[in-house]
Amino acid sequence: MKHQNLAVSIRGLCKSFGPVAANKDLSLDVRWGEILALLGENGSGKSTLVNMLSGLYLPDAGSIAVDGEPVYIRTPADSFRLGIGVIHQHFKLVDVMTALENIILGLPKKSRKSKKAHEKAVSELCDRYGLHVDLHKKVYNMSVGEKQTVEILKVLYRGARILILDEPTAVLTPQEIDRLFDILRKMRDGGKAIIIITHKLNEVMAVSDRVTVLRKGETAGTVETASTTASQLAAFMVGREINLDIERVEPKNLSERLNVVNLTCVTEDGRKALDNVSFTLNGGEILGVAGVAGSGQKELCEAIAGLYPVKGGAILYKNVVDGIEISENIVGKTPREIFQKGIAMAFIPEDRLGMGLVARMDIAENMMLKSYNDTKSLFVDRKKPTEMAKTLIERLDIAAPGVNTQVSRLSGGNVQKVLLGREISSDPTILISAYPVRGLDIHSSYTIYRLLNEQKQKGVAVLFIGEDLDVLLALCDRIMVLCGGKCVGIVDAKTAKKEEIGLMMIGEGGGAYA
Amino acid sequence: MQQVINFIYAAVLAGTPLLFGTLGEILTEKVGNLNLGVEGMMFMGAAVGFACGYYTDSALLAVLGGFAAGALGGLIYAFLTVTLKANQNVTGLTLTIFGVGFGNMLGDYIMRHSPGNAAFVSEKVKAAFAKLNVPGISDLPFAGKLFFQYNVLVYLAIAIAILMYIFLQKTQAGLNLRAVGENPAAADAVSVPVTRYKYLAICVGGGISGLGGVYVSMTTTGGTWVYNCVNGLGWIAVALVIFAAWSPAKAIVGSYVFGGLSVLRHYVVLEIPVAIYAMLPFAATIVVLLVTSVRQSREKLQPKGCGINYDREER
Repeated sequence: MKHQNLAVSIRGLCKSFGPVAANKDLSLDVRWGEILALLGENGSGKSTLVNMLSGLYLPDAGSIAVDGEPVYIRTPADSFRLGIGVIHQHFKLVDVMTALENIILGLPKKSRKSKKAHEKAVSELCDRYGLHVDLHKKVYNMSVGEKQTVEILKVLYRGARILILDEPTAVLTPQEIDRLFDILRKMRDGGKAIIIITHKLNEVMAVSDRVTVLRKGETAGTVETASTTASQLAAFMVGREINLDIERVEPKNLSERLNVVNLTCVTEDGRKALDNVSFTLNGGEILGVAGVAGSGQKELCEAIAGLYPVKGGAILYKNVVDGIEISENIVGKTPREIFQKGIAMAFIPEDRLGMGLVARMDIAENMMLKSYNDTKSLFVDRKKPTEMAKTLIERLDIAAPGVNTQVSRLSGGNVQKVLLGREISSDPTILISAYPVRGLDIHSSYTIYRLLNEQKQKGVAVLFIGEDLDVLLALCDRIMVLCGGKCVGIVDAKTAKKEEIGLMMIGEGGGAYA
Repeated sequence: MQQVINFIYAAVLAGTPLLFGTLGEILTEKVGNLNLGVEGMMFMGAAVGFACGYYTDSALLAVLGGFAAGALGGLIYAFLTVTLKANQNVTGLTLTIFGVGFGNMLGDYIMRHSPGNAAFVSEKVKAAFAKLNVPGISDLPFAGKLFFQYNVLVYLAIAIAILMYIFLQKTQAGLNLRAVGENPAAADAVSVPVTRYKYLAICVGGGISGLGGVYVSMTTTGGTWVYNCVNGLGWIAVALVIFAAWSPAKAIVGSYVFGGLSVLRHYVVLEIPVAIYAMLPFAATIVVLLVTSVRQSREKLQPKGCGINYDREER
């Protein structure tokens, strides 16, 4: 059966990595002139599918047809010849080269011409689709949005008719997302077939014509976007009904816990990572931090945790000792000194397996990392951490065979639960949490939100570095916006608008303080 | 004045084997492989080049043989690291151990099986590597000695440096090659044949390093085999790659500076032990590594993919 208007038709595709089946019996169709959203949780096999279409992975079984003709995609070159262009989630760009050099990289011999001629052709392409980028700018000087534009140009310049975008909006501001969607619609209207892969439901609703939902490597079904709702899609994706509302507990008994005054940090290459940042963090609230990636979030967390050198300013920790309120500057103190002063701070770093946990060690051993110094004995005490690990596995519903399971073998959500569990079990007064739901599926994300809310109710001061503005707006009490290391403003999450925060993130608007 | 020119002249001669080694390693690192086997490949080039020159009585075959031996070393390294994904550092070190042993073994064999236990290449071969003599130009005062009296390999090294610079910076293939070294996944995604580029660059790079060995056995030692004749030049070349910031053009200057250091004792006579002079190039290497470690510009850093093997399906 041949469909003349089908751009890509996939039937029964399978791919396994060792014993793990990433795709099993996956089928989908994309028509010319439509945007198909591919929706699925982490581990549902979206990226594996993309890699097979781009010729990076070879499928184990199944068939792919392009334009009705069965094809075999063995290498990226095959993929280009068929007019398939993939914009990968992690940009595949060479940092030290210019935009133009990246665009002409690897072009086949027959389309080689002078750089000038290439430049002219690429500029024309930019005009046609309303893309803007400085072709002579080096990639390492580019923002994420610019890099994405280069990626899009790269595949368009190779004459791609079928575009596949893997999580294209993950790191963009709302304005950049709107611009991207406009470009996608323009390309669709030009007759191209577009597959956009995402797990953000509102974006699916906004841009796609049809949605194919993947669940555990299989196609769960395909629906017309116009005839469905976000919560239906979520249920489809997870396999059962799910409540998409994030609870926001009313803050009560607010008490100032941390007062950050004119905090300034300088990176190794002399750039100001944080520039005169001032804010207060109260016990019993969740303070969100929004900003484009690399706006100083990492440095802020690490400076407070005593891991990043502070150039100027103060971080005052307020505490009540014997009925007297004291505040103490913790700048210049090592994490252990801060800990020994009775300042209980829990830090959930952005890089979970790099900074938070030791991947090759088991759960119990990772518990020990925080408490190994408590015992006087020459040998380690394994009993207590093992007990603690057992409690956590039960209480947080961690899917692990046992306390001796290597952390690297757990899924992202369970890794995060181990880390968060260890940190909150030390009864902190401050909880710093950077991108705690990054890469987590819906179910795990909501568990994390619930845990953060629990801490807030216990009176813990929670600093939440987030990237999804919808989540920040729903979960936090106040949101601080960072732009280029500066605090642009702090808004009330109950009244703030997404667009307003988006503008502040790119340095326009702002000045609001709540 | 004449003394200065003599010094520069000697520096260029002493720096040329370093230049070959450095150029070979630049090409290898540009494609994303750190080959610590330069010393070994130079030994292989030196011994095989000498053997070819001695047995075939052809200077051209000596050069080609030395190149082929270096390229063979590169091929072994490429097979182990690119195809079998072995650790690059260990493989390179092993190649050096192998190359040094192989070179000395072959050289000694030829010596011991020659009349009087001494093997020299013929006058004809020697003449091919003698200094240039273009009537009229080579005799010019100052400039003649400074530019037109070197042996043919000196000019070959400079030509390779310039060609490599043009290739890397100005051609599409050069752009592709650099992309492979910086980010093989990015290159692969736009259908640059990563494996083919790696094999070719590593083998050609090995061959160029091998030419440095030919230089040693044909001109430095005067066309005979001296035990351990390469003696650490390959290691200095590895450091020179950093000094030259992975630029073939800068490698020319760097090599001559280090060449100058190694012949300094004949031109600047101080009351210090010879061992101190002999130590200079190595001490300077350490200084260079220290100074360059604070370098800022992103373009002048080691290619990002260098030292890491690329596996397309790795997760």
